[in-house]
Amino acid sequence: MSDHDHDHEHARTFQPDHAEPTSDGARLGLALRELLIEAGHYTALEEQAVIASMQGASPENGARIVARAWADSAYKARLLANGAAAIRELGFELEPYEFTVMENTADTHNVIVCTLCSCYPRALLGMSPAWYKSSSYRARIVREPRAVLAEFGVTLGDDVAVRVHDSTAELRYMVLPQRPDGTDDWTEQQLTALVTRDSLIGTQRELDVA
Amino acid sequence: MSDPVFQVGQRVRIADRTPPVHHRVPAYAKGHVGVIERVCGLHGQPEKFIRGNGKPAQRIYRVVIPQDELWMNYAGTAADRLEIEIFEHWLESAE
Amino acid sequence: MSEPWGPHDLGGQQGGPVDLAEHDTAYWEWQIDAMVRLALKKGLISDFAELRDGIEQLTPEDYENCTYYERWAKSLAYALVSRGVVSEAQLEEKVSAVRARQEAEGAV
Repeated sequence: MSDHDHDHEHARTFQPDHAEPTSDGARLGLALRELLIEAGHYTALEEQAVIASMQGASPENGARIVARAWADSAYKARLLANGAAAIRELGFELEPYEFTVMENTADTHNVIVCTLCSCYPRALLGMSPAWYKSSSYRARIVREPRAVLAEFGVTLGDDVAVRVHDSTAELRYMVLPQRPDGTDDWTEQQLTALVTRDSLIGTQRELDVA
Repeated sequence: MSDPVFQVGQRVRIADRTPPVHHRVPAYAKGHVGVIERVCGLHGQPEKFIRGNGKPAQRIYRVVIPQDELWMNYAGTAADRLEIEIFEHWLESAE
Repeated sequence: MSEPWGPHDLGGQQGGPVDLAEHDTAYWEWQIDAMVRLALKKGLISDFAELRDGIEQLTPEDYENCTYYERWAKSLAYALVSRGVVSEAQLEEKVSAVRARQEAEGAV
């Protein structure tokens, strides 16, 4: 799975996981899994197929959608009007929820959260970041978005309005970041490589033209 | 009934109630007034799936609330917004 | 502001700085995720809402102390026990077996 995260100003530390999950909750999950497989509800092969399919999703899917929208204004219009239909046009599979794409502009910045449970379009973009699932993000981004965005290195002036989107029901969201200057003659492939996971969620605004 | 009850631009109030079942309205939004930004599709209500009875699929709306009306001492501009989607039966007209 | 409905109803609550550390998904977490998807696909539970409901009914301590996938595991276990797909006794026995195996493999 390719990682399109470019360096941010803040440090990103990698926290290794336990090799074996020894917490009560993890053991419970593994025990439940074994019981279900032993009882024939599903097989290890089916499990592997589901995992492989989930691992095929990544932020690169979102990046390709963004690049197409930048390159093709008619596509962009369709994407903003009906996200799910436009995303499926490109051959991506989506679970059956409504999908809304919000466009960042010079005077608007969008950021996404699911305060109630961390809903995220995982079938398209892969696993959500750990911080997205954290109590701190979920609690604070609706109440003090500018302060939280500053922690991510995004500082917004008073000339930019912040729109926070809380996925409370059956909708999923993605941000369409602004196209960086100086990329007018770039190919879609080059444009795709610019787009990061965090810019699709809204905790990054400027994209690095590396 | 599948025709939307509310229209884009209409002022609505989000109900302030707490049914004793799984429901998808955050506490911070309850009782607040916003504006319909988008009329969305019909979706099965989570309250229905837990109870096993009750209402059929219902319309969802995107409601926009100014942040400085939602929070005391909000740190931001008057143009900052909070947008959430809410099921129809949680909304009433506030015009 | 209205009272939060449960430990999950976090919007607008107090919180500390967001921890930006990346956390690679462990294989067992993929397995929990797959188990939830397969439980839905095979009709062991009828809707994702059942899972969210179970998570919302965790005690505040459990909610805070469990990671995201641990909450899912607890919620799914609760749902499947109450639906009679597995029994509490079976689960307890199997959890002991998992623990014993992990200890034998020197994980603890």
